Amino acid sequence: MGLLSRLKEIFTGNQEAETNTAPAKTGETTAKPAAAKPDSKPEDVKVNRIHDAKIKEDKPVVEKITVGHVHMSGCTGCLVSLADNYEGLFKILDDYADLVYCLTLADVRHIPEMDVALVEGSVCLQDECSVREIKETREKSKVVVALGGCAAYGNITRFSRGGQWNQPQHESFVPIGDLIDVDLYLPSCPPGAEAIRNICLMAYLLLRGNDDQKKLATAYLKPLMDLAKRGTEACGCDLMVDVINQGLCMGCGTCAASCPVRAISMQAGKPNIDREMCIKCGACYAQCPRSFFSFDVVGQFESIGELIATVMGKGGQ
Amino acid sequence: MVLGNYKTAVCARASDADILKCSQDGGVVTELFTYALENGIIDGAIVAGPGDEPFKPEPIVATTKAELLAARGTKYTISPNMSLIKEATRSYGLDKVGIVGTPCQMQALRKAQLYPIGMRKVPDKIALAIGIFCMENFPYQGLEAIVEDHCNTKMENAIKMDIGKGKFTVYTERGAVSQIPLGATHKYEQPACHVCLDYVANMADVSTGSVGTPDGWSTVFVRTKKGEDVWTKAVEAGYFETKDIASVKPGLDLVTKLATGKIDRNKKTLEARATMGVGKGLRNPYI
Repeated sequence: MGLLSRLKEIFTGNQEAETNTAPAKTGETTAKPAAAKPDSKPEDVKVNRIHDAKIKEDKPVVEKITVGHVHMSGCTGCLVSLADNYEGLFKILDDYADLVYCLTLADVRHIPEMDVALVEGSVCLQDECSVREIKETREKSKVVVALGGCAAYGNITRFSRGGQWNQPQHESFVPIGDLIDVDLYLPSCPPGAEAIRNICLMAYLLLRGNDDQKKLATAYLKPLMDLAKRGTEACGCDLMVDVINQGLCMGCGTCAASCPVRAISMQAGKPNIDREMCIKCGACYAQCPRSFFSFDVVGQFESIGELIATVMGKGGQ
Repeated sequence: MVLGNYKTAVCARASDADILKCSQDGGVVTELFTYALENGIIDGAIVAGPGDEPFKPEPIVATTKAELLAARGTKYTISPNMSLIKEATRSYGLDKVGIVGTPCQMQALRKAQLYPIGMRKVPDKIALAIGIFCMENFPYQGLEAIVEDHCNTKMENAIKMDIGKGKFTVYTERGAVSQIPLGATHKYEQPACHVCLDYVANMADVSTGSVGTPDGWSTVFVRTKKGEDVWTKAVEAGYFETKDIASVKPGLDLVTKLATGKIDRNKKTLEARATMGVGKGLRNPYI
């Protein structure tokens, strides 16, 4: 029993679930209690198979979308942020999306056809493979998402001047939007785990949902699509140019909180940007309530929050 | 819908005499956070604490009742409370965060929860968001000009400022009261307040303000399930005295009137901005 429950714990990663489901299963499997060592192993494996089958019966998956993670010149931080959804990532992979391409997590070597390509990193112009693959990504994906500051705006790769080991000739890095059409931006360094989760869920609703769900997903994603049309340059200066200079800054401090390098401080009720510190990730402007704000979407914060919690099940926590 | 969605509207004030002694009106924000803190609903709250100059607030993460008490009363200037939202969850490690803010700050908060682009681990940690009614805000230097130049009162002598009944009033320690018509303060308003389409913090869990209820009381809108849960428990626990909002003067009619006024006026501002130049205009953040 000890070994059995431990194995279940490993597979389900959850002690509560184990206690709930244990009685039904152990009824049959522990019919031969205290079995000798050679006996117990095959039984454990069998139990696990039953468990798998049960999940599939309980939650029939209509049709998952396919998602790929394309790695350009980035630090893998955005992928780590996706993984930071912990159980939520499993929930997404179980019910909503198949990870069809991801050099770090999936054993696929060539870019396949996919619904959503999450592209991390900027493109190094001196690296032929990167240039070829970003174009291939565009051709093979329905939706291309610039995941994170590097893909969207260049981020710290903007500061590259080449001369670094062991590829000193790699000196020019451009945001993916300079080479291909990008459908959606998710800036910041890295984008919040929950934001990536929301994009995956909304993409699922957009591609597989009913009319109402499609409408919600479109409304939710639209500001991020508009962000993609806005351009491939970002800087803390955006707060000055597009918010303060436009008479829109009311000093809420959101930008200061969202800056990953603490380059923004609030002085005299307005953001003060330390431009030496700014890495050009675009988080501050994207997070600012006066960059984009949809009453239709944000006004429903309570019901959308509940929807996300429901579809994520336990993994949403 | 100028008052937003709400489950209940009520007239209320804190039962704690200590809180009422220095609160702006009914002490609702301080008392509700106190209740939430004492009962484990929040681990701490982002409030406008005392700054290094009189009536210049500094956002703080209050984790004790004493810190909440120190932040009582309205300061008619900007307190960037949202600037601590990630600090509260990450550096302070709070799992259940309370935050008080103006309607625009509540909008920022909800956007941060739905689009947590640079707000890692923030969305699910907001336990109680209290919004305060807000017509407009002043930059600190603007407030200084109003109090010192127009009201002829030193900032450090002021103990309370209040806006109501068309007047801006400053009270001093020695009992002097200086009052000017609110019209004289308009030019010091923060420009970005003129595009705001929310008066009563429609996106808070609970929103409160003085308008609509008698002096010393506050109007309270309970808006979300979270808000309703906390509010009901706090009232049951005796933290608040309440009255039926329909029984008090001037009541919700005045709140509706002021909210409608603000929203209509600011919608016109947005239209005017859009056509401000010659074939060019200023950006509208809501589209």
